[in-house]
Amino acid sequence: MMKPRVISDHDHFQLTLDRLCHQLIENHGDFTNTCIIGIQPRGIYFSNRIVNRLNQLMKRQQIEYGKLDVSFYRDDFRRNEKFIRPNDTTIEFSIENKNIVLIDDVLFTGRTIRASMDALLDFGRPAKVELMVLVDRRLSRHVPVQADYTGIRVDAVRAEYIKVDWKETAGKDTIWIIEKHN
Amino acid sequence: MGALSVKHLLGIKYLKTSDIQTIFSTADRFKEVLSRPIKKIPSLRDITIANLFFENSTRTRISFELAEKRLSADIVNFSASSSSVKKGETLIDTVNNILAMKVDMVVMRHPAPGAPVLLSRHIDANIINAGDGINEHPTQALLDAYSIRERIGCVAGKKIVIVGDIMHSRVALSNIFCLKKLGAKVMLCGPPTLIPKFIDTLGIIVEYDIRKALEWCDVANILRIQLERMEHTADGKTVRYFPSLREYALYYGVNKQLLDSLKNEVIIMHPGPINRGVEITSNVADSKQSIILDQVENGVAIRMAVLYLLAGKVME
Repeated sequence: MMKPRVISDHDHFQLTLDRLCHQLIENHGDFTNTCIIGIQPRGIYFSNRIVNRLNQLMKRQQIEYGKLDVSFYRDDFRRNEKFIRPNDTTIEFSIENKNIVLIDDVLFTGRTIRASMDALLDFGRPAKVELMVLVDRRLSRHVPVQADYTGIRVDAVRAEYIKVDWKETAGKDTIWIIEKHN
Repeated sequence: MGALSVKHLLGIKYLKTSDIQTIFSTADRFKEVLSRPIKKIPSLRDITIANLFFENSTRTRISFELAEKRLSADIVNFSASSSSVKKGETLIDTVNNILAMKVDMVVMRHPAPGAPVLLSRHIDANIINAGDGINEHPTQALLDAYSIRERIGCVAGKKIVIVGDIMHSRVALSNIFCLKKLGAKVMLCGPPTLIPKFIDTLGIIVEYDIRKALEWCDVANILRIQLERMEHTADGKTVRYFPSLREYALYYGVNKQLLDSLKNEVIIMHPGPINRGVEITSNVADSKQSIILDQVENGVAIRMAVLYLLAGKVME
């Protein structure tokens, strides 16, 4: 069996984070009409980092930031062997006519993003929705979804999975490719 | 947190404490959904639910119906007064006929205690008990405990008194089971004729003096005097449980003077419908201490949680 491989360590991770933040500033300026929405549960670690870093870079604390749970919109309810556990949704601002940047950690089949679009539209009609992901697993999509901002692109096979460790929970930031055991 | 340990919600006595906690944390999510501009989510869009009400109900039926609609389920409503039950059809026949039309879940209220349990032995659909005679009314107990948790943070260790007609109340029995499972201290208070014998074997305190009960408690759940069940016929004689409503109101009614004379502030609950001026006066029911309308609001979120969790068990 193959050993887990590190595809991004702490230093590389910081560079990626900075690059993504600068790309956002390039496109959204001072964020007056843009808000950031992290996707529960694991996208939140990433979106927290992005928002903190943006605040540092822009010396501004007012970026509108929400968290979205998509459990109730998933297409595998009653079909998934594991029970789908709902998480918090907190969007305490209007998204009507706003530019939204959705943030998740890993883009794999695209089904979560599909569900998040449905969920988002229940809060209003945004002007534009963009997607940012830390890891894009290309070649694995089940639905036509692509990211606008990507940290790392990976061509992992189905027998592997991507694990993202966060400083907050694991002590340091690392992205792994791990072989699945059956 | 996983799925529930049960396939049906027949009564609180069949639930584990962890099931109740799961229902509460799921209901928290639905409360947020109910505050959105669009309050409808698509989770149960492939599910059909039959609401079978063999006994009258306004609040519970509307609350279930709204919960089902918010979850995008298809629903069929049935009430006994306008059905073939009047022609002598049995319960199982009635339900099997409805299920033959491909119904996935059944919400049932029935005057006979145990009717949902009987049904669960004969049919495959998930069954939710919306009140069976004088036995249980599980969703009411869940929403009551949830409302207490919302108002004072937790249920464990809190002192809760249930006042009034315990004998005929399914709300009382489900509340006792639910509050005990969550670690609350439970007291019953009412006229001795309306308190069932041996009820103290459930590990609860019985008190006949309303003032002492209110002084003891954090929360008082005041039950409706069921005017339709206040006479009892035995050996050809009609016996009343208490002499008059006026006397009941005098000895067991909760009024503003009584509450104001206590040192502690008691939270007031009532499952509805209220007999204003009998078990509770208007100025108490409408006061800041009362969480009666919160109970109604939370009812929809609790019922959404129960429907979602039961439906979410994987299809075989």
